[in-house]
Amino acid sequence: MSEDKKPRRIWRAPGKAADAVPEEAAAQAATPVAVETAVEDEFTDMSMDDGFGGQQSVRKAKHFWPSAKRLIGLLAPEKAGIAVVLLFVAAGVLLTVIAPKILGRAMDVIFSGVIGSQLPAGATKEQVVQGLEAQGQDNLAAMVERMNVVPGQGIDFQELGVIIVIVLAMYFVANVFIWAQGFLLNKLVMRVVYKLRKDVEDKLNRLPLNYFDTRQRGDLLSRATNDVDNIQTALQQAFAQLIQSVLTVLGIIIMMFIVSWQLALIALIALPLSGIAAGIIGSRAQGLFASQWKATGSLNGQIEESFSGHDLMKVFGREDESVERFDERNEELYKASFGAQFVSGTIFPVMQFISYLAYVGIAVVGGLRVASGQMSLGDATAFIQYSREFTQPLGQIAGMANQLQSGVASAERTFELLDADEQDPETPTSHLAARTEGHVEFKDVSFSYDPAKPLIENLSFEAHPGHTVAIVGPTGAGKTTLVNLVMRFYELDGGSITLDGVDITALSRGELRSKVGMVLQDAWLFNGSIMDNIRYGRLDATDEEVFEAARATFVDRFVKALPDGYETVIDDEGTNVSSGEKQLITIARAFLANPSLLILDEATSSVDTRTEALVQHAMAALRTERTSFVIAHRLSTIRDADTILVMESGRIVEQGSHELLLEARGAYYRLYMSQFAGPAEDPDVEVAAVSV
Amino acid sequence: MLLRLIVEYSKPYRPWIIGVLAFQLATTIATLYLPSLNARIIDEGVTEGDTAFIWDIGVLMLGVAFAQVLTAVAAVYFGARTAMAVGRDIRRGVFHSVAGFSSREVNQFGAPTLITRGTNDVQQVQMLLLMGLNFMVSAPIMCVGGIIMALREDVGLSWLVWVSVPALIVIVGILIRFLMPLFRLMQDRIDAINGVLREQIIGIRVVRAFVREPYETERFRTANERLTDVGVKVGQLFVLMFPLIGMILHLATAAVLWFGGQRVAAGEMEVGSLTAFLQYLLQILGAVMMGTFMAMMIPRAAVCAERIVEVLNVQPSLRDPETPDAGAPLNGVVEFRGVSFGYPGAEEPVLKNLNFVAEPGKTTAIIGSTGAGKSTLLNLIPRLYDADSGQVLIDGVPVSGLTREQLSERVATVPQRPYLFSGTVATNLRFGSTDATDEELWDALRIAQADDFVQEKEGQLDSTIAQGGTNVSGGQRQRLCIARALAAKPKIYLFDDSFSALDVTTDSRLRAALHDVTRDATVIIVAQRVSTITEADQILVIDDGEIVDRGTHEELLEYSETYQEIVKSQISVEEVA
Repeated sequence: MSEDKKPRRIWRAPGKAADAVPEEAAAQAATPVAVETAVEDEFTDMSMDDGFGGQQSVRKAKHFWPSAKRLIGLLAPEKAGIAVVLLFVAAGVLLTVIAPKILGRAMDVIFSGVIGSQLPAGATKEQVVQGLEAQGQDNLAAMVERMNVVPGQGIDFQELGVIIVIVLAMYFVANVFIWAQGFLLNKLVMRVVYKLRKDVEDKLNRLPLNYFDTRQRGDLLSRATNDVDNIQTALQQAFAQLIQSVLTVLGIIIMMFIVSWQLALIALIALPLSGIAAGIIGSRAQGLFASQWKATGSLNGQIEESFSGHDLMKVFGREDESVERFDERNEELYKASFGAQFVSGTIFPVMQFISYLAYVGIAVVGGLRVASGQMSLGDATAFIQYSREFTQPLGQIAGMANQLQSGVASAERTFELLDADEQDPETPTSHLAARTEGHVEFKDVSFSYDPAKPLIENLSFEAHPGHTVAIVGPTGAGKTTLVNLVMRFYELDGGSITLDGVDITALSRGELRSKVGMVLQDAWLFNGSIMDNIRYGRLDATDEEVFEAARATFVDRFVKALPDGYETVIDDEGTNVSSGEKQLITIARAFLANPSLLILDEATSSVDTRTEALVQHAMAALRTERTSFVIAHRLSTIRDADTILVMESGRIVEQGSHELLLEARGAYYRLYMSQFAGPAEDPDVEVAAVSV
Repeated sequence: MLLRLIVEYSKPYRPWIIGVLAFQLATTIATLYLPSLNARIIDEGVTEGDTAFIWDIGVLMLGVAFAQVLTAVAAVYFGARTAMAVGRDIRRGVFHSVAGFSSREVNQFGAPTLITRGTNDVQQVQMLLLMGLNFMVSAPIMCVGGIIMALREDVGLSWLVWVSVPALIVIVGILIRFLMPLFRLMQDRIDAINGVLREQIIGIRVVRAFVREPYETERFRTANERLTDVGVKVGQLFVLMFPLIGMILHLATAAVLWFGGQRVAAGEMEVGSLTAFLQYLLQILGAVMMGTFMAMMIPRAAVCAERIVEVLNVQPSLRDPETPDAGAPLNGVVEFRGVSFGYPGAEEPVLKNLNFVAEPGKTTAIIGSTGAGKSTLLNLIPRLYDADSGQVLIDGVPVSGLTREQLSERVATVPQRPYLFSGTVATNLRFGSTDATDEELWDALRIAQADDFVQEKEGQLDSTIAQGGTNVSGGQRQRLCIARALAAKPKIYLFDDSFSALDVTTDSRLRAALHDVTRDATVIIVAQRVSTITEADQILVIDDGEIVDRGTHEELLEYSETYQEIVKSQISVEEVA
């Protein structure tokens, strides 16, 4: 039923585009990652996410430099390639930085031609200069003297042509270098990230189950997925651009000084000025963004809550109040976001203003210097170009620094995952027979998740081949833990467990588990066809064997009714397959695996009563001739077990068949009566049942 | 759709938008004026050696720069204001629209997508508008202005504009055309690989139990390779972008110098104009680039806008009656008369011709397999849906004749999935009756067997409840939901399988306590377990949307096959009898 859908948190970090200061936005719009993030978010299960989206963007690394170093260290295997990339970047930057200076010479050629054509032909430059000085035009005289002028001669197009061709060639080569480094770097980074993803996945396979139990699934998922994505972005974009930008800034500064140190100083004044302006505005904006995110979070929280609890709102007649509260919060968000967007939006004009100040300074001082012959016009125009090209990489550095920072924070989180303690290494010394009998024995087994809280202590029992062992008891008694120990999901603190007389620690985990089939309370199926999901139990099973397993476990019945039959794809929405039917599929999967030992952990608790009857039949089919461990809430399902273990706080308090235990009138009897007697008939007994 | 949405919602802010346009225009003019002043420094100052003139123009340039920054900030101010206000209004529109939805519409969309539409989608549109007002508006102004200014400097070189601008658009456009689908593909594959990881982490026990680590690793490897493939492909195209754009700019520069130089030599143009023209051309190309990149945001925002409009356009299928029936006495008799109901799009109706009466002081239990329509039946009583045919009546009045307020006075539901709202225990309990006293809340908690754990909490009634109630256990959540319904003191209680998360003792205590308070009320219970309804005055056995049998537990055990079947799957017959 549709109202059973889990509520899902849908908004993830509401998009890089959302909080980017405007000048970054254009650049970001062109980056691969920023383009398609949010639309698909709807199809991502957000209940995994660890909080309001906004908080993610302010996440900072705890130990920035060590993590940064290790992040760079990821590139170590590609050392040679990285060296080439750096070389190419340097070459590209060098050429782009020198080119304007040479282009300035083209300007000089034109200007000289203009001045020259105004001067009388035949006279020498010296004569002209003297003539100008005699007229009292000292400035003009100085300028002409400095220029490469041939009086009477116009623009030297041959020279102009040569210069332009040289400059174009330089730019062309520079761009080829920039392209080549990008091309190479992308390949390298993709390789590195491929390896990182692989390492993460490998790591997941080696982590003890305990690790998964003790951590929030959402956090783990985000480390394995979002954080790795983020690292990729940081390496792919931030890394290369940062180097390129830094080199460009350095190169331009050097070139500026070469062309004219006086103008360079003017241009450089802009640097601290922009830094201060950006700092002031930035820090104010950051505070405002924080309150914007807070407001977004609380508003989105309310939206989610109201939409998910829509029916309740209706039933209790609370829409008006909810709408009112929404309007208030919406107004708050408006105010907060307006403030944030306005203040951050001023960064761009203010920075531009400062660069214009420098531009004006350069135009005026440059003009004066050209007019007084201390500088050529070409150098002045080259300078203007430098000062323009200067601000862009500066902005990029600021933007990239942010991205790099978040990349390092992600790297740190991923490294934490990669550094987590792994499960004990395997030391298989024995093997089992191809067909095990399924004789399981617990000898003085002790186990606890937390050394401070002993759970299972000195527990011993025996399960004979082909028998069904039911485990009952209150929540937290250790029932699931017990069967997990058989699977060696956890390592024992003391004692031993044997399968057919072989200590399970002497077996490889793979061999042990391949003898055991498991059906769990949550019907875990992966996103694939029903066919594939059943075949998961035994990958080399033929279609016919899959059908057979499906028939034996009543899966065939409902699959036939589906339009796509066995090719029906199970997805998260799972609209066409009910939870009971999913459970049947997991049983079919275990059936196909054909294990000699079977574990059924609350396999029927989420199934309605009529489907449960089918599931019971299916499980009965599954249990024949296999040693089975069955954990159940409803005692009705385990009455015909060969042995019933009644557990309370890690101990087995009673053990025996249904009839025997009922006669004993002990813990089992009380549990049983509490479930089957009418509720109000004998309250005392029930109290007793729960107080144990 | 996007445009229509924005135009409609920005209507109240026309003056602000005009402000944005005016200030953007002013900024652009100032920006464009600077190079021409620079040109005059060269032409009239430098060439003539007139230093005083250079200073004068320098001061003028400063003034223009000031004007530029002021107008630019003003434009940002109005831009931010408009975009945020429009965003706020669209968000409000979506929220109000959904608040007016009936369950039918909510389920048609699904709560998750509605949430996305109300949050993320609105955000996308808002961001596009902000970017649009800040940058996209200025791009064409800059383009046109730049062209005018460039023409003013020299018409003879204008052909360079007509060549370089289209060249830039075509090249960037082609690249984007190829890149966009690749980006999408890359996102798909990132989703795919994350999906594999997610399944592995969630299903870790199954994976390990079946020793499928190698299989999963293989699956992951394929996904990883596919992602890397497309990543490399994207990179290969993407790294072409900036060198290509750079080359166009540089070619344009060279062309200006070469052809400009010839015009200067021919005396058709001045040197200063040449530099100015060059700067204008670069500004025009910059604006074109910016515009093109911005345009990339449009398709995505358009999708969002479409999804928003879908929500806004829905006409709620249920409305409060124009003339509510006020006169009926409050007793709490619920009657179904020939009620049939089907979900939209479903082939089979969920409920078929239901007839029954639930009376005050009596408990009516409903049992049947999942999908039999039990919850749907309950939902018809507080009019979350309207029956397709037949009538649901409360005290003889059709529910469609009662207002929402009247309905919530009469009916309180304990939902199948216990859901609490963020706030405190008290705010949640007062959900059904705002004016309940603390004493009344404690009463409700006591009956719901929830007083112990609330007492143990720091802050007691004022202790915090997280969204959805995730900071209390499932059983506690369920009990709080029951207390919430009790605090509302309705005439009709609906319990939708509401005791499933309780242990047996709590369950029986709660039932005993409930018995007293619901003495005069009508109680309708949907149940899974037979053991929980043996006491009911009337049990309706539902199968396939029809009431197949009705009676007391004992009666049904006698003659109802379906009931026996259900019972058998839970307890064996002789034990119950």
